[in-house]
Amino acid sequence: MAEKIKIAIYWAAGCGGCDVAILDTNEKILDIAEAADIVLWPIAMDYKYEDLYALEQGSIDVCLFNGAVRTSEQEEMAKALRSRSKIMVAFGACAAWGGIPALANLFEREEIFKSSYLDTQTTINPEKVIPLTKCKVPEGELTLPRFYNRVWTLNQVIDVDYYVPGCPPTPETIWTAIEAIVSGNLPPKGSVIGSLKSLCDTCPKEKTEKKITEFKRPYEVMIDPNKCLLEQGIICCGPVTRDGCGHRCINANMPCRGCYGPSEKVADQGAKLLSAIASIMDVKDEKGAQELAATWEDPAGTVYRFSLAKSLVFDYKKGGE
Amino acid sequence: MEKNFEPVIVGFLCNWCSYAGADLAGVSRMQYPPNLRVIRVMCSGRVEPSFILKAFQEGADGVLISGCHIGDCHYVDGNIKTLRRTPLIKTLLSQLGVEEERFKQTWISAAEGEKFAQVVKAMVEEIKRIGPFKKQAEEESDDFDDKAYGLMIEAAVTIEGGNIDG
Ligand code: SF4
Ligand code: SF4
Ligand code: SF4
Ligand code: FES
Repeated sequence: MAEKIKIAIYWAAGCGGCDVAILDTNEKILDIAEAADIVLWPIAMDYKYEDLYALEQGSIDVCLFNGAVRTSEQEEMAKALRSRSKIMVAFGACAAWGGIPALANLFEREEIFKSSYLDTQTTINPEKVIPLTKCKVPEGELTLPRFYNRVWTLNQVIDVDYYVPGCPPTPETIWTAIEAIVSGNLPPKGSVIGSLKSLCDTCPKEKTEKKITEFKRPYEVMIDPNKCLLEQGIICCGPVTRDGCGHRCINANMPCRGCYGPSEKVADQGAKLLSAIASIMDVKDEKGAQELAATWEDPAGTVYRFSLAKSLVFDYKKGGE
Repeated sequence: MEKNFEPVIVGFLCNWCSYAGADLAGVSRMQYPPNLRVIRVMCSGRVEPSFILKAFQEGADGVLISGCHIGDCHYVDGNIKTLRRTPLIKTLLSQLGVEEERFKQTWISAAEGEKFAQVVKAMVEEIKRIGPFKKQAEEESDDFDDKAYGLMIEAAVTIEGGNIDG
């Protein structure tokens, strides 16, 4: 390969799992190092803000950005990386659709702080101290980034070129994306680099069009490993989730939680799943429908487990539009 | 709350019953408020949950879905689909912070012009009472309400060394 491409890998409101997933590509990581110069990677290399600001506009070929945007610092980093990168990739569920952190959008910031800093059983905080953006202490004033009232996806804050699905993406998914980037053989801007099918399309479990009479959680059922989990009353996100993970959960007889995000042409993963599930409810009157619906704990957290920030009601650019 | 707030309500009405019911209300000159933006659909079962969320995203203050009475659907069981979705959508919306007044689903036949006018009127009144639908966390609300946290700020300042990261 003639010239090595320059890659930056960054993390924001995430768990670090996406960075670890890149390391998990095992010996392939060496191939990545062969094809690319990693100019910035906080989890693996020492770096300071100045190092990033010292880089010229457009000097990074590709930025793999994992994690969502919850604080002002993360937004600033996203913007600084955007202006320095030719291709910006939302890497993993958090950056692409909000991921697990965005489930906190079901609550207000005040409730989150109250719960995290005051109410939890394991918290000892008699002075009721909570983080503030500014605080005077004997040594002077301390500052912290602002904690926004909600979690934003990367593309609600900056322009994103590509998406890599998964929480975290599998080594195969990562490798496919890196190969596409290095070879320049990329789909149209705005695409998810992944399969066009849904998980159900490739799922080996037997489907019989059976309707359900009760919503159950996995521990409440003796699961028949050969049959579709949804038809056994366990909510599975397979019908609306992008294929490509190798059925990691399904193979362990756990339902798909939807971490590969909405499948192609599905605009709103949660709304679509709600609709799919309604269609297999075995009820014919309003009372029956209400009773059956009531057996489902936490529909929003289930259908939007990884994409709540992209639910249509929450999907708009930060700062208006 | 804004003065003279006129809510925008998106109404998905099925062609065969509710739309005809709305039409009847119109031709019979029944009085009902002009806040409803009607979208005619072939069957209430065609209204996917994403349409409802989309309406809120686009700035609606309320959404009404109305179809034929059970047993009267032109496509036999399209409204059974609606009936199954409705309780799920209600729970979903409330979890997403959309007040229950903002979403209604009814059955209105072609002969029920009067009922149609009533439903719209009641919905407009309820939404006027709760105010416009607000998107979550617009930029301005990003700063803390210092009053609510006044006590805690003092606590943070007075403790030794200012251990503020909790
Ligand atoms: S997508 Fe999953 S693995 Fe990646 S940062 Fe978010 S929570 Fe962690
Ligand atoms: S719903 Fe789940 S278990 Fe059933 S076919 Fe789809 S992916 Fe497989
Ligand atoms: S089965 Fe679903 S939740 Fe599990 S890894 Fe695959 S896409 Fe993610
Ligand atoms: S045609 Fe009216 S509800 Fe189906």
